[in-house]
Amino acid sequence: MTAPRSSDAIVVGAGIVGAACAAALARDGWRVTIVEKTFAASGTTAAGMGHLVVMDDSPEQLALTAYSERLWRELEPELDPRSELDHCGTLWIAEDERQLAALSAKHSAYSAAGVNCEIVDARALAEAEPQLRAGLLGALRVVDDSVVYPPGVALRLIELARGNGARVLEGREVIGLAPNGVQLRDGRLGAEVIINAAGAFAAGLTPGLPIVPRKGHLAITDRLPGFCRHQLVELGYLTSAHVMTSESVAFNVQPRRTGQVLVGSSRELVGWDASINRRILARMLSRATAFLPSLSRAPVVRCWTGFRPATPDSLPLIGRWEPMPGLWIAAGHEGLGITTSLATASLLADRIAGRPTAISCEPFSPMRAMAAEHV
Amino acid sequence: MSDGRIELFVDDVPLWVERDATVAAALLDAGVTAFRTSVAGEPRAPLCGMGICYECRVTIDGVAQQRSCMTRVAPGMRVHTTQHRLAAVPDSVAPETDRADVVIVGGGPAGIAAATRAAESGERALLIDEGLGPGGQIWRPRANGNVLHAAARWIERLNRSGAITRATTSVIDLQQSSSGILIRAESMGRAIVIEAGAVVLATGARERFLPFPGWTLPNVFGIGGAQALLESGASFRGKRIVIAGSGPLLLPVAASLAASGADVKLVAEQTSRANVIRFASGLWRTPARLAQAIAYRSAFRRTRYRTGTWVAAASGDDRLRAVMLTDGPHRWSIDCDVLCTAFGLVPNTELAILLGCELQDGVVVVDERQATSIPGVFCAGEPTGIGGVDLAVLEGELAGLAAAGRSTDAGLVRRRRGLERQAEALDRAFALRPELAALATDDTIVCRCEDVRSGAVRREWTPRQAKLYTRIGMGPCQGRICGAALECTVGWPRDTKRPPIQPVRLSTLATGSHAVSSNS
Repeated sequence: MTAPRSSDAIVVGAGIVGAACAAALARDGWRVTIVEKTFAASGTTAAGMGHLVVMDDSPEQLALTAYSERLWRELEPELDPRSELDHCGTLWIAEDERQLAALSAKHSAYSAAGVNCEIVDARALAEAEPQLRAGLLGALRVVDDSVVYPPGVALRLIELARGNGARVLEGREVIGLAPNGVQLRDGRLGAEVIINAAGAFAAGLTPGLPIVPRKGHLAITDRLPGFCRHQLVELGYLTSAHVMTSESVAFNVQPRRTGQVLVGSSRELVGWDASINRRILARMLSRATAFLPSLSRAPVVRCWTGFRPATPDSLPLIGRWEPMPGLWIAAGHEGLGITTSLATASLLADRIAGRPTAISCEPFSPMRAMAAEHV
Repeated sequence: MSDGRIELFVDDVPLWVERDATVAAALLDAGVTAFRTSVAGEPRAPLCGMGICYECRVTIDGVAQQRSCMTRVAPGMRVHTTQHRLAAVPDSVAPETDRADVVIVGGGPAGIAAATRAAESGERALLIDEGLGPGGQIWRPRANGNVLHAAARWIERLNRSGAITRATTSVIDLQQSSSGILIRAESMGRAIVIEAGAVVLATGARERFLPFPGWTLPNVFGIGGAQALLESGASFRGKRIVIAGSGPLLLPVAASLAASGADVKLVAEQTSRANVIRFASGLWRTPARLAQAIAYRSAFRRTRYRTGTWVAAASGDDRLRAVMLTDGPHRWSIDCDVLCTAFGLVPNTELAILLGCELQDGVVVVDERQATSIPGVFCAGEPTGIGGVDLAVLEGELAGLAAAGRSTDAGLVRRRRGLERQAEALDRAFALRPELAALATDDTIVCRCEDVRSGAVRREWTPRQAKLYTRIGMGPCQGRICGAALECTVGWPRDTKRPPIQPVRLSTLATGSHAVSSNS
């Protein structure tokens, strides 16, 4: 494919994935227009934790998240204080012998993928995080995992895209996608390349995309500087995230740059009901105090919900949508959209430009669900 | 003064204070000006005096971020300022459950009247209030034990009525349930879940603050805020005070500060002289109020009362030193120790919004029986429109009767109409002049919780957008201070509400559901 200079590309959705795609395409020389129905970073990007994390639910997920973290390190000099980047690292905590054994396997898998990590024994864990309850057996410390403020990063990525000539249309809703163009509520825009990065809303624009909203709750405390130093996650989190049960909670607590403690996580399949579910909120917070007993006395200043764009196999949809020429998908990132936004953008930009990709794109093909249906 | 003093420790230094004082009053009397250090590193001290602004947060007995204005001192209490550490002690208090026919949220005049009437009707009535005792802002029980005459009459009647009172209890969540309304609250760190057949929201009002350069300095208080701190045991004796704001509260607060030994330098009312005269001349309809106004004025007659005058800026170092005033053409500075400033009242409608009650022009819509649009939910007093204490009592009576299933009292309904007309006259007289919306410069902090400056916020944004992009309104006051200001200055609507409607211990949110399930 030839260099796509001065051709038009449209990115639908100004969440962090759309923002990253816009930045990557604008850097490649595309004339990018981002179309956003409300305002930038208003959807899942506004609701998430902002954990940059390597995860190994599957080898494909491990490859994608590890690649993305390398891209985050490259982006770091471009970030500004709004991004609230904090290299806190992650501690994956083992509660029992079985989980302790699983830590070793995780350590090997991460190391093989080039991820900087180490096993922390029970005593070192207690020293690193004195607020954790006694009796925990150890943890895997993932050194380069970080925390960001996702709306701040999304705004920065849009700024970078703008610096390369991109324009942003906010408050403009795309109501239909067509070959070589998008239909707005109030007009039509033509383009050679269209990227559906509408997150949890992506399936509304591209029927057939296997994306459902998976609701989550978060609670944030008042400022308690130094309460914890790492992102703390129970090893059982992966199970909670992986199994598409109707509801689950897992211990996942994050120190914010502000000194606040952000407490998660919950998963529910309840459609688009954004109201606070008091019962699951209570379950989620009880799970947190099971690991951090003194957190029970912390003042919670706010609670909110958000919707992860979830797929049946827990992998995002990145690549060409064959039924419609010119349409590419960058959606379905479940709870990993912040981490994998940069890898998604990079893979798509490489594919569109005909360059080789850093990791295999095959597992993320949006067509895989269709293929599975026809087997 | 009440019997004796107690010893507590402020930053590990022993301090003897009046036993009935709040922690905020005790700290102010000890000369503390930095209760906390703000996000941008400024020293901060109480502003509102009534639990709204969260500027007075300190660590009390190892629990971080506690409102010192809502906490009474106790022997041996350990208070730490400007640092927020959580002691490594878990919460082990079991949640409590309760049930009542009528639950009244808010123990001011409207709530007291509602609880009294509901209990007198034979219902199990439960009155919940955040303060140290029933009374609210206007009938607050004094630290010196005195109680206002009208308040005493109603509080006696409340006590005789059989209504149960829960003080120092914060309602953080209301939810419709199959049998009525489910109430989640917290008292002294303990979770409480209450099932109610009907609820009366009598949540009162708070003061409206408008940002101007220097308004975040320690010793800048609300007007009702200064009164609240005075009644909570703080002393203003010998302090040089400027009162600059708007509304009928200026005179009584000036009178009580003067009576307590303060040197009130100036009372500045932003509205015009013509408006004040027109309003005052309408007072002949209610001779008692006219007499009251004359009494207030004579209590500090050596003080200048200037209309058409407002605060332009405050200046100081670690605390307030001087106030810049203006009447439009002129600006002049007055050296002082304390500035009391507020621009009218804002109804506390958070719980009504959370429940989904219909609002219009920022106040809760009610019918003749004070019923809201949500079945079983009634509302009385300031949240239905700022109307003052007499109207609040009357609406409280009507709401209490209706919540108890009694028929409406026609006499009360007639009297309510007269009082509503007075309230409208008050609104017109003290309407805010447009200059007040432009006092803040780009550098002026608008959101005191997160130290967001005026210049960072763009008018074309929606409130939610501004919140996500700048952190404005993300702090513990949940936008109660900056939201009410921006409503005035930018015309932004109030944000939606989610539980908890104010900061609450994590354990309260974590145990709420167990209490319910074990109860049902």
